[in-house]
Amino acid sequence: MAKVLMKGNEAIAEAAIQAGCRYFFGYPITPQNEIPAYMAKMLPKVGGCFLQAESEVSAINMVYGAAGAGARVMTSSSSPGISLKQEGISYMVGAELPCLIVNIVRGGPGLGGIQPAQSDYFQAVKGGGHGDYHMVVLAPSSIQETVDLVTDGFDIADKYRNPVMILGDGMLGQMMEPVEFREKETILPEKPWATTGNKDGKPRNIINSLFIDPQSLEDHVLKLYKKYAEMEKNEVRVECYNCEDAEIIIAAYGTTARIVKNVIQMAAQQDIKVGLIRPITLWPFPTDTFKKWANVDHVKSFLSVEMSMGQMVEDVRLSVDGVKPVHFYGRTGGMVPTPKAILEEIKKIREGI
Amino acid sequence: MAKVTFNEELCKGCELCTTVCPKNIVIMNKQSINSKGYHPATVEEMDKCIGCAFCARICPDVVIEVE
Amino acid sequence: MAKVFEKPKALTDKPFHYCPGCTHGIVHRLVAEAIDELGIREKTIGVAPVGCAVFAYDYFNCDMHEAAHGRAPAVATGIKRVLPDNVVFTYQGDGDLASIGAAEIVHAANRGEKITTIFINNAIYGMTGGQMAPTSLLGQVTTTSPYGRSAEKEGHPIRMSEMLATLEGVAYIERVSVHDIKNITKAKKAIKKAFEVQLAGKGFALVEVLSTCPTNWGMTPIEALKWLEENMIPYYPLGVKKEVE
Repeated sequence: MAKVLMKGNEAIAEAAIQAGCRYFFGYPITPQNEIPAYMAKMLPKVGGCFLQAESEVSAINMVYGAAGAGARVMTSSSSPGISLKQEGISYMVGAELPCLIVNIVRGGPGLGGIQPAQSDYFQAVKGGGHGDYHMVVLAPSSIQETVDLVTDGFDIADKYRNPVMILGDGMLGQMMEPVEFREKETILPEKPWATTGNKDGKPRNIINSLFIDPQSLEDHVLKLYKKYAEMEKNEVRVECYNCEDAEIIIAAYGTTARIVKNVIQMAAQQDIKVGLIRPITLWPFPTDTFKKWANVDHVKSFLSVEMSMGQMVEDVRLSVDGVKPVHFYGRTGGMVPTPKAILEEIKKIREGI
Repeated sequence: MAKVTFNEELCKGCELCTTVCPKNIVIMNKQSINSKGYHPATVEEMDKCIGCAFCARICPDVVIEVE
Repeated sequence: MAKVFEKPKALTDKPFHYCPGCTHGIVHRLVAEAIDELGIREKTIGVAPVGCAVFAYDYFNCDMHEAAHGRAPAVATGIKRVLPDNVVFTYQGDGDLASIGAAEIVHAANRGEKITTIFINNAIYGMTGGQMAPTSLLGQVTTTSPYGRSAEKEGHPIRMSEMLATLEGVAYIERVSVHDIKNITKAKKAIKKAFEVQLAGKGFALVEVLSTCPTNWGMTPIEALKWLEENMIPYYPLGVKKEVE
């Protein structure tokens, strides 16, 4: 198929439709409004159902119902709306329901701003919803990658019967880039656990996350964690860029990683060797990759660059485990770090070495 | 001839059935205690039963079957 | 001898956990009877609330979803939009439907979602130990209105049926009671009709069932039925609030 110039948000919606998603429930919030708008226009054309819910809370619960009924379903929102969805996400995890949740992150906390940010990392990766659980969190860095991860995201959700999150940001959502959609035949998996009616003596299905007996609940959570162990084994995705000979390795994801690649070129022109480890799955985090590079002699330190006050940096520190120093540079509130400023940080770190 | 059967183990002694019987034959069996600790409802004068099923219809615990 | 009355097939064998005399048991059975009589058990999917009926998925013998508190109408919307040929019902209490779930029920009704809602109004929060509900009466003493509900502090009780009946998407709303055999019979009729409205694809259907909570009202089950009749019915008049052809 030919390359098309598309806005990030619209590409997400188109990718979902091509991946066989036929149900979208959401609510307007900047900067992701093009996703529901695209779905509203296109889903009826493919026999799907778009519904603007009365709130993000309602939307995630519609997703719960649809997923429980066996559908491939998604929702999208931005930071404050994702906060509203946390109860529903926790319920979907507990009830072992698959779905795709897209967060086009904006500045926070509170009503915040509408410019891009990465300040929802903790919320996505460390919980957000109550209880012991994880979600695979995918962080694309280009619109093409977003399209690919949307497709994979649905498959991962179905494989493990667990929600999957795409953590984007306002920049990715609003910008336009050429995209190519995979000519892939979508085979939707069988879902014998879905509630479609219990005909002919088939045992009835119950979609539920209530386990009032504590031993039962513990057993259930242990079962969920077996899935998470599998995810940690199978689903880690990471890109290592220019790490060979690197003196400083930058950890960055999403839009920030693109800026860092520019910084690496700029640094090379000044004979400063900088590499990038770009987690594509924020959970499961590419701990082993960081560990490996931390233990390489030519790597002197790490720098986490984020559009936040420093959230991923904690996981970088955990992974590096004290072997090398880990620094942080970030902007927040919707401010985007400039290549020049990042390069300045690198120079400051080198002077301190 | 009508007959009612009480699944005594399900009875919670709420007594609602005793208020609706048109023949006033539904009583609480003070002589008996079920494993939940309640006096179950019962009918002793079964010959008076007309099979209206009012008792069964107000019972919240589906204790009563009517033939 | 032919069985005149027995447990409906749409109820499982699990004994109810409800308090002695709690009318949840009566209403569960009426819903199950309606499902049996309409022959829809194998295509029905129920949505359980958070409240005393949180374990409803153990009692109704059909596919069930457990919803978050108040969200059952949204969950039901998701199910029905995916499976329009199935029968979807929610079973909700007064906290679930009229408090935390107020937005969800208004919008499901407004969209005319082809679902059936059974609304249990017992003017109190049972499961959590007797707090005030949006439907608690003025002067009613509860753990969170220990001086009696006052219009000035807590507002008036909400008449959900009348309020929802103003919405275009609503096809049928009736308020019923279960405090005596005559009313139980009417309640059963209304519940069955609410499912028939869904089967006919007419729109949103809701039956508000005035119910008792002997434990948290601090009365015997028999006293509770009387309290319902004398206090709730004057404020919550029984009858059809909306019915479309």
